[in-house]
Amino acid sequence: MLCPRMRPHRIPQMSETEILSRFADPTLVASLLRELEPLVKRPLRLMEVCGTHTMALFETGLRPLLGRLGIELVSGPGCPVCVTAQEDLDHALHIATAPGAVFCTFGDMMRVPGTKSSLSETRAGGADVRVLYSPLDAVELARQMGERQVVFLAVGFETTAPAVAYALKEARDDGLANFHVYPCNKTIPAPLALLAAEPGLDGFLCPGHVSVVIGARAYLPIAKQWHKPCAIAGFEPVDILGAVIALAQQVAEGRAEVHNAYSRVVREEGNPHALALIAEVFEPQAALWRGLGEIPLSGLALRGEYRRFDARLHFPGFTPPPPSQRLAACRCGEVLAGRIRPDECECFAAACTPEDPLGACMVSQEGACRAFYRFRGWEAQ
Amino acid sequence: MCLAVPALVEELDGAFARVDFGGVHRRIGTALVPGVRVGDYVLVHAGMAIETIDFEEAQQTIAMIREVFGDAVPEDAPSSDTSDE
Amino acid sequence: MTAERVKLDAGGGGQEQRRLIETIRARLSNPALDPLEDSAVLDCAIGAGESLVFTTDSYVVSPWRFPGGDVGSLAVCGTVNDLAVMGAIPRWLSLALIIEEGFSRDDLDTVLESVARRAEEAGVQVVTGDTKVVERGKADCVFATTAGVGIRPSGRDLGAHRIAPGQALIVSGPLGDHAIAVICSREGMQFEVDVESDCAPLNGLVEAMLEAAGPEAVFAMRDLTRGGLAAVLNEYALGAQADMVVHEERLPIRPAVRAAARVLGFEPAVLANEGKLLAAVDAHNAESIVAAMRAHHYGRDAVIIGEVGGRFDPEHPDPRRPRRPLVLFRTPSGGTRVVDMPLGTLLPRIC
Repeated sequence: MLCPRMRPHRIPQMSETEILSRFADPTLVASLLRELEPLVKRPLRLMEVCGTHTMALFETGLRPLLGRLGIELVSGPGCPVCVTAQEDLDHALHIATAPGAVFCTFGDMMRVPGTKSSLSETRAGGADVRVLYSPLDAVELARQMGERQVVFLAVGFETTAPAVAYALKEARDDGLANFHVYPCNKTIPAPLALLAAEPGLDGFLCPGHVSVVIGARAYLPIAKQWHKPCAIAGFEPVDILGAVIALAQQVAEGRAEVHNAYSRVVREEGNPHALALIAEVFEPQAALWRGLGEIPLSGLALRGEYRRFDARLHFPGFTPPPPSQRLAACRCGEVLAGRIRPDECECFAAACTPEDPLGACMVSQEGACRAFYRFRGWEAQ
Repeated sequence: MCLAVPALVEELDGAFARVDFGGVHRRIGTALVPGVRVGDYVLVHAGMAIETIDFEEAQQTIAMIREVFGDAVPEDAPSSDTSDE
Repeated sequence: MTAERVKLDAGGGGQEQRRLIETIRARLSNPALDPLEDSAVLDCAIGAGESLVFTTDSYVVSPWRFPGGDVGSLAVCGTVNDLAVMGAIPRWLSLALIIEEGFSRDDLDTVLESVARRAEEAGVQVVTGDTKVVERGKADCVFATTAGVGIRPSGRDLGAHRIAPGQALIVSGPLGDHAIAVICSREGMQFEVDVESDCAPLNGLVEAMLEAAGPEAVFAMRDLTRGGLAAVLNEYALGAQADMVVHEERLPIRPAVRAAARVLGFEPAVLANEGKLLAAVDAHNAESIVAAMRAHHYGRDAVIIGEVGGRFDPEHPDPRRPRRPLVLFRTPSGGTRVVDMPLGTLLPRIC
């Protein structure tokens, strides 16, 4: 059941810009931290599952402040590295080196390593790899470069899937034969349910912009069936703290509900236009997550008439490189699930270092193991 | 994987709009917010508006924090009441 | 033997470039090269106590022309600034151009006009040069390399070796203008932004700073180019073996730059500049130095952003801390975060 929202009786008059800027207001942040402190009756372990939250917690400096109050924020599998399996990246790199291909990607993917290479290194080797802000720009490129095959590496969660779907719809409407998508979009609810089974987690900071699309009610099974408190959080400091307070309250009172702490953009039912567009172009499928393996119904595959845009059909002949023996020792899955600390993995700082990483947690710039290696668990005071 | 930023809708052009992020302008898709109007604020991700921003809700969230939790008063500030201006 | 190629990252002002530079330095090691400051101070007596100061840089910006400047203005200002931040009076430049076959003569004239204008403004002369043309596709329109010579008056000694705990850190104006102007003018980005590159010669500003409280009050200066403020702070932390502490809300950033950085997922502190400097000065004189900067055209928005923190003692490291000096940003929320050396090429992100 969704928490009822309180309605205060006076609303000050402010411009839209002023209102939005209040969500980063240091005065309000200080108030919320003071309010949070007595609510934390025992050490809490909360998980966030979107790389954007990992970044926001770091950039705002909230991580150490929350740590001091006894709240540990565990980074779940939400960063670009984790959500793209090595196998997929290897296949994408193979396509990027195909003659005549124009390989387009979000910037996040450029340094993610495949077995032998990365998009950045592939570009250095002469491939036409371009960083774009939007998949719609890739469709436009395809229109302009009729003789080249334009491929877009579609990664991201439900926040990004509608943009990819829209791009595909445009390509279909325009009858483009030279636009292709490598479909790697993933969905949040399935891995969340997997993680909700972890005993050591007290609750979830749910990704605010994914929630804009899928709606607050998407998390009801996590709360009701798995009895894990959920709070949907935006990315400004006030948003994050509002959600953390809601989680601390739920834990203290023994409740497990879905609290929408990002109500200015998250509706209970999500965005129906976005959901309809996703349903038109994609269908759920099992997907590979780096560090977690295959999770059923966690990926988005192209469906129906959109299947023809799958880049893997247009660029056949890929032989996956043999899986690495070294990888067998990797325990990233346990780190991502919050079960062990980075330094509790035997490989940490031995077989696995930032220069020579084994798993996603050390590869990723925001990865738990990478951060632990750099700072040895020290949080800047 | 969810970096999205608020923007003001300046012009509409079919399934697209010109928006202002605060001195930075771009053309973005509006298919996900079909009823959007000039003057609305939208949340933009990867070249698409994914939702309009509800300022009633935003104001209430802020006001609720200030009323329930109060503003922090800096240590060296003179005491003042916390009522809204 | 290695099959490694030079990646874009190796020119990005970050860790990859540091490794490449160290390889070259180790091969060519000599006392003037080894400190790796922005300019080499030559042991050459001119007048009593004066020194020759010598530097070089290559300019490969893409696109070659952008709001606020072009490769020609960068080539002059960048090298002039590298001399100026060492306390030298810039005097002479060399200019070498590598031009792609097919580059228009009109465009070349534009570049040369920019060079002339900026040289005149800075009071330097281009006294030697070279031009090469390479096949279409072998260069991106035009590449420029400038070497610069200046004369440092006696009584000036600027560099990381003079940085010490307690000194004030000053930035001369808004950060990130150049990076945003260039990135948004690239094809494919599709962003309109009313921001120009801040490309400017800073030697006049530097003289004003050295005069304000005397050269003894200014310990070190760097111009903020690729890698932005974050790169220079990290270089200083390493060079001085001390923490650098910045109060984030004091960083001057234009609203449009902040907005563009948010949309693309960039941190303003790593954005490139071409007309800004960071200075470590005597805390007691910081305000008067800032006042002198604000009276100058290129220092109008100068501000104290932080201070040099404690020394890192490798003999007695704090076991709870990483074993190196750190660049620490105090965030508006009251937390602190570590800002490491940026990686290299800026990449827009969706995460």
